[in-house]
Amino acid sequence: MKSLLLTGGRVIDPANGVDALANVFIENGKIAGVGPVAGVGAEGVEQLDVSGLVVCPGLIDIHVHLREPGQTAKETVATGTAAAARGGFTSVVCMPNTSPAIDNPGTVALLHELATTQGVVNLWVAGAITKNIAGEELAPIGSLKKAGVVAITDDGHCVQNNELMRRALEYARMVDLPVMDHCQDYSLVTDGVMHEGYWSTVLGLRGWPAAGEEMMVARNILLAETTGARVHCQHLSTARSVQLLREARRRGVPISSEACPHHFTLTDAAVAGSERFWEADGKGVAGFDGGSERPIWPPYDTNFKMNPPLRSAADRDAILEGLADGTIEILASDHAPHCDYEKEVEFDYAPFGITGLETELGLALSQLCHSGRLDLAGVIRKYTAAPAHLLGLAKGTLSLGADGDLTVLAPDLEWTVDNRAGASKCLNSPFHGWHLKGKAVVTIVGGKLAWMDHAKFAGSFLPAESRRDKTL
Amino acid sequence: MNWSRKHLLDVQSLTAEEILTVLDTARAFKAVGERAIKKVPALRGKTVINLFIEPSTRTRISFELSEQRLSADIINFTAEASSLKKGETLKDTARNLEALNADFIVIRHRASGAPHFLSRVLNASVINAGDGAHEHPTQALLDMFTIRERKGNFQGLKVTILGDILYSRVARSDIWALSKLGAQVTLCGPATLVPRVFEKMGCRVTYDVEEAIRDADIINLLRIQHERQRQTMFPSLSEYTGLFGLNKTRLAGTKPDALIMHPGPVNRGVEIDSEIADCPRSLILEQVTNGLAVRMAVLFLVNGGKGPQEVAAS
Repeated sequence: MKSLLLTGGRVIDPANGVDALANVFIENGKIAGVGPVAGVGAEGVEQLDVSGLVVCPGLIDIHVHLREPGQTAKETVATGTAAAARGGFTSVVCMPNTSPAIDNPGTVALLHELATTQGVVNLWVAGAITKNIAGEELAPIGSLKKAGVVAITDDGHCVQNNELMRRALEYARMVDLPVMDHCQDYSLVTDGVMHEGYWSTVLGLRGWPAAGEEMMVARNILLAETTGARVHCQHLSTARSVQLLREARRRGVPISSEACPHHFTLTDAAVAGSERFWEADGKGVAGFDGGSERPIWPPYDTNFKMNPPLRSAADRDAILEGLADGTIEILASDHAPHCDYEKEVEFDYAPFGITGLETELGLALSQLCHSGRLDLAGVIRKYTAAPAHLLGLAKGTLSLGADGDLTVLAPDLEWTVDNRAGASKCLNSPFHGWHLKGKAVVTIVGGKLAWMDHAKFAGSFLPAESRRDKTL
Repeated sequence: MNWSRKHLLDVQSLTAEEILTVLDTARAFKAVGERAIKKVPALRGKTVINLFIEPSTRTRISFELSEQRLSADIINFTAEASSLKKGETLKDTARNLEALNADFIVIRHRASGAPHFLSRVLNASVINAGDGAHEHPTQALLDMFTIRERKGNFQGLKVTILGDILYSRVARSDIWALSKLGAQVTLCGPATLVPRVFEKMGCRVTYDVEEAIRDADIINLLRIQHERQRQTMFPSLSEYTGLFGLNKTRLAGTKPDALIMHPGPVNRGVEIDSEIADCPRSLILEQVTNGLAVRMAVLFLVNGGKGPQEVAAS
């Protein structure tokens, strides 16, 4: 295998507390050196000059829907992992709400095979908590663990029976798997299609109260405390969820959480159309306060329908605060592709979910970093060291000998989202036409180039014979 | 004259001037309806499709007759007879209808926002005949027409809307129209059906029915929509009648010139005592008559009609 040397970049590796100008040297697909003289003098090395850019451990998204098996009109392992590479992600964790569900070792093995033959980036599998994600009987959690799942979740659904959830946690703890939960109390949420509040009232859409999430976050805190199992609350969306998590973590409860860019960028006003959103809640969007060109969209646009729903401005602010103070450790996309013909229907009938892999980094950098809430290392940690730690992955670090997964970022690069230009099979992102600041330009997986943004990055690999040593 | 809209999707986005333009135009059409020959050629050669995805009687009939009186060609399309049952999407159904060169689509749908969606995917003019719990703009416009005929103007007028507000598209359209025209709106009904969040739309919310109607100039009653509700919303219809129903005793505590409205269908003995529904203070049947003129006005205006003068000349 060829060796690879990235020269001149600002290396940010939160796992090792590194933030310095350095070369990164990869040999045989593993990190072989990070430092001012790393790789200098080595033979047969391909070289990429990344001066002015940031090099970090390959980003990890622990919450994506790749739709295989069974829903390949929406996405496949091939297209979903290609979208991941374009977004700067070198590892993704796919959710088990497929058809059939990933609730048995055979389906896990199928995913691993697809990852090997079709995957553009590393793929990790989350198994189901219950058989067929039906919330009635435990899935074979021990066998799933042996088959290689890194967590269990009924994502898209939520185990309603508290006793069953308690047993799942006890069992998962035995086999040392974290349990990720999509927090939604069905009896409170009923048939809600958006956040319950002023805008659902005006639009005449059925509301999904914030308490419908918070009830389950509270349940999970109590059960994590009771069982000692590690529980991870997925895609937090409300202020009181953040408050509950903050208190629980202070007490030492083994509970963690993630947030998605749409929940800390948009609000429920967006469902009423861009005009109302910018007027009511536009101030909370980084980069748009100066009245620069604002994206437009109509009322009842189903690309603003997701689960959990877009919440109030106060909820959005609380999620941002929770990310800034460390309560929410992890960033993820909840990448949920749906076909045009599924989304181009009445709001009530459209499926929940939006794509996210190709926009999440730009949104996170815009909303968290450029707004001054977090430094660059803080954002990178939530995409690298933190998710790797949660799932016990040997990823998210540039330690010597670690896998050669790298992301090269241009944190100040301004760009415009174009849904049609993406690699995902689907176009259901609400951020089409948004101007964002910061994006990945090179994605390297296991020492090999997975993707390079040729439009935004003028660099190219110099072959081994033409390289010149560069020291810093 | 102040109208340049191609669609009528909701009242929320209309200005007070636009609402008054509809009312003025409707007044001219009401006069047409009192002639021996009630038909005008305004929409001759135009095709209107009445796309009723949710069952409706009075609104559908009112639209049909309005269209006939404007000399339009009409196709009536109901969900029961349609391909929607075979899995065709609304977009495909509507585009197929548009391929018949329809000029107007009047849509009634149980999903809020369906008319907005259609207006984005079609070239035809879209008129909202009621969408889910969102809006019912022509009902509000006919309510405004009826109120103006009886009360003259809206400034400072006190209007109480009583009943199921949460699930009511009529309530939302009325609230927007009344607020834009300067009336004061009070909402009353069970707390589960009249949440406080409506205060943010500029209304007063109270759960004391006697207090709610005491100073009202207009009492607009809404039907309890069993079909949209869950069992958890309130204990029983009889408890509703006891707490909120309009009866003789309660009516005695109102201003003598307070008038009673209801968009129908009326559930006699539930939200209103039967004899009150038929009393001289009830405007229920006038609303139906006025609905025809208002719907003619709306079709006329979205077709590019130039206001009441042109109607009077026809």
